[in-house]
Amino acid sequence: MTAADGVAGLLALAVTLYACSGLADYGAGFWDLTAGGGERGRRPRALIDTVVTPVWEANHVWLIFLFVTCWTGFGLAFGSIMSTLFVPLSLAALGIVLRGANFALRKDAAKAGRRHLAGWLFGIGSILTPFCLGAALGGVMTARVPPGNAAGDLWASWLNATSITIGLLAVAMGAFLSAVYLVAEARWRGMPRLQAYFRMRAIVAGLVGLALGAAALTALFFDQRQMFDRVVGRSWALIVIGVLALAATFLFAARGVVRGLRVAAAVGVAALVWTWAVAQYPYLLPFDLTIDQGAGAAVTQRWLLAWFAVALVVLGPALVLLYVLDQRGELVEDPTTSASTEDTPTPTGPA
Amino acid sequence: MVASVRVVSDWLIAAEPAQLLPARSQMAFTLMFHIILVPMGVALPALMLIANYKGLKRNDPVALTLARRWSHAAGLTFAVGAVSGTVLSFEMGLLWPGLTEKYGDVFGLPFAIEGIAFFLEAILVAIYIYGWRRLKGWTHFWLGLPIPFVALVGAFSIISANAWMNTPAGFTVGPNGEPTNIDPIAAIFNKALPLELAHFVVAAYMAAGFTVASIYVVGWLRGRRDRYHRLGILIPFTVAAIATPVQFAVGDSIARWLANNQPAKFLAMEVVTQSGADQPEIIFGRYDAETNTVSGGVRIPGLNSFLTGGSRDTYVQGLEAVPPENRPSNVNIVHTAFDIMVGIATLLVGLVAWFAIAYWRRRDVPRSKLFLWVAASAGVLTYVAIEAGWIVTEVGRQPWIVYNIERTSDTVTQADGVWVSFIVVLVLYTGLGIATVTVLRAMSRRWKRQDTRDEAAPYGPRPAPEPEAPEPEVDAAGRAGP
Repeated sequence: MTAADGVAGLLALAVTLYACSGLADYGAGFWDLTAGGGERGRRPRALIDTVVTPVWEANHVWLIFLFVTCWTGFGLAFGSIMSTLFVPLSLAALGIVLRGANFALRKDAAKAGRRHLAGWLFGIGSILTPFCLGAALGGVMTARVPPGNAAGDLWASWLNATSITIGLLAVAMGAFLSAVYLVAEARWRGMPRLQAYFRMRAIVAGLVGLALGAAALTALFFDQRQMFDRVVGRSWALIVIGVLALAATFLFAARGVVRGLRVAAAVGVAALVWTWAVAQYPYLLPFDLTIDQGAGAAVTQRWLLAWFAVALVVLGPALVLLYVLDQRGELVEDPTTSASTEDTPTPTGPA
Repeated sequence: MVASVRVVSDWLIAAEPAQLLPARSQMAFTLMFHIILVPMGVALPALMLIANYKGLKRNDPVALTLARRWSHAAGLTFAVGAVSGTVLSFEMGLLWPGLTEKYGDVFGLPFAIEGIAFFLEAILVAIYIYGWRRLKGWTHFWLGLPIPFVALVGAFSIISANAWMNTPAGFTVGPNGEPTNIDPIAAIFNKALPLELAHFVVAAYMAAGFTVASIYVVGWLRGRRDRYHRLGILIPFTVAAIATPVQFAVGDSIARWLANNQPAKFLAMEVVTQSGADQPEIIFGRYDAETNTVSGGVRIPGLNSFLTGGSRDTYVQGLEAVPPENRPSNVNIVHTAFDIMVGIATLLVGLVAWFAIAYWRRRDVPRSKLFLWVAASAGVLTYVAIEAGWIVTEVGRQPWIVYNIERTSDTVTQADGVWVSFIVVLVLYTGLGIATVTVLRAMSRRWKRQDTRDEAAPYGPRPAPEPEAPEPEVDAAGRAGP
């Protein structure tokens, strides 16, 4: 176990955290987009707005962490991936801008028309980004990204059966997860009709996800046999755990066990991410570049690990503080911010 | 001689990779967009904390209102900056894979530091913004106090990486041009870091100070001469007024430092064409790359030599000593941007002196209309100066991405389609910029309306727990539940 292996582990961890925190958010955008126009989609959309959408796009922090760690630890792999997969990764960035702009601005886009447009762009971004990131991952897995500046095919590297099914799988998983969260929230808030609405969607998204997972494995079988053998041979237990955990989320949601639901969702997503990581180890770019071959200077790898330890020490307490204050009800939306509160009576205390 | 220069430059243009121009354009555009948001993340939190402190210390609701509103503006620009910052991290690989492939392990570490600093700042900003209503006043202030310092760590990291491109350190060039003997800590603390960091942080404080003040100056000019506007001018303008003379000194040092450490950039800034003593300071004018001469412009005899070395006899190297293929690719842009930056800085020093004298005599905002008009545009002017300064440092470093070691053209992506992505980015960012300004204006209009009924006091007591009864569905405004 070298320092480079440790840094590669950090990369897999960053992908895991990004998937765990981000997929459900993307799924929320998917349901927002498909909720239907005007009056019909108003109620589900309002629930999505209040429940799933966080304060801002904090989850991209993990993506930035992934990129930065990759180019500092494994510069050659990073440059090769970003240049060969220029198109899907540019599109992913485009989706992030669309979503992020909407997050930063939607509270104040009070006018209905502008809000509608914002929601539409938000939905497009929510599908584009997970699809493209999944497709890029598929390109790496199927050994379509050789080392070098744009050394691989600009189009076939991500427009192939495996990439497309993995991209769609990412979208479906997000849709499933957010629908499951919304079932639990609707139940908790006592909204039976919305509960049924999202239960239906969770079932459909779950079934579609299962089908896409099977399709991705089939595509990989015909596409890149060596990787398929590794996935099935090394990671079969992770696949089983992932599917079972995701199925458990649905059961937890139906019974309203919110805490169990979040744990099961995290386990399920993490297991599927590690299915890939374990299968691909020790390759950064299958099957041309291993972690050892692609690793930058050892001193830099050690500093990256040290800095990660510092980050845990610094960020841990800050996150705990945020969580504790939030649980104690000390953090509330300030009416000075949002336009929507202007129309409703301000929830002031008995001052 | 002229013919040979032309041959070389034609050869250079022909050899230039197709993606270089769109990649440089896209990087420049996204950086210039992002840099608008940076002062608001680095320096606006300090302004808001000063107002917060004043408000708590003197029990001053007007100062608290200002602090509260500035925190919301900071939160919005922070969120937009998070988006444009994410795009920049994509672009490091999408546009310059050659840079990250070869030098990632040399200069990548500060970006990892920045990522953590940014995350920490995001958490603290969220606590601060969402803590206005329920937290105790001083608790809230102390929780917000680290924000400007964490922001400084972020600025330190990014400037360190940029300074490294100007004065590469922490490695030696191996036999095949590969970096060896890598020392990432030496790369972080490279020679250009101290002055470049000081220059940028002080500029961020000037920009935030002058910009925030200018908004209230406009209100003042329109006749709203109340205590709210008075404080809204005095707090940020004082901060900017302290920063401006400091910047003049830092800027002067950095120019002289460049003359010794990055001569090609310095020569482009000052368009020194021929080596010699008694160099004139040339203001504007037009440089001709083929003949290496300057036409037009205003010349102040001997000033450049004087500023560089303290006497007219100081010898200054000229561009003729730099091989044509190593000269900054666009001397005119660098020179014009430099003159604009220095011109604006001089104007702002005058404005600050005026403010200082007037405040010393009457303890109030100067009455003169001329002062107010210039002060109202000072925010925009500072931003123009920041953009110009960024152009000087970036375009002035070309054709190098790692100064004197790696050419920008050797690191650009070989993937087709950068023109397309550049155009998409152009359209998208224009929309994002318009939307941001619209929302900020809507916020300010709303605040103007609310001024008569600005929700009681912050730090109000917590309301009694709401009844347990479940909310019947979601109401019209989209809020549900307790």
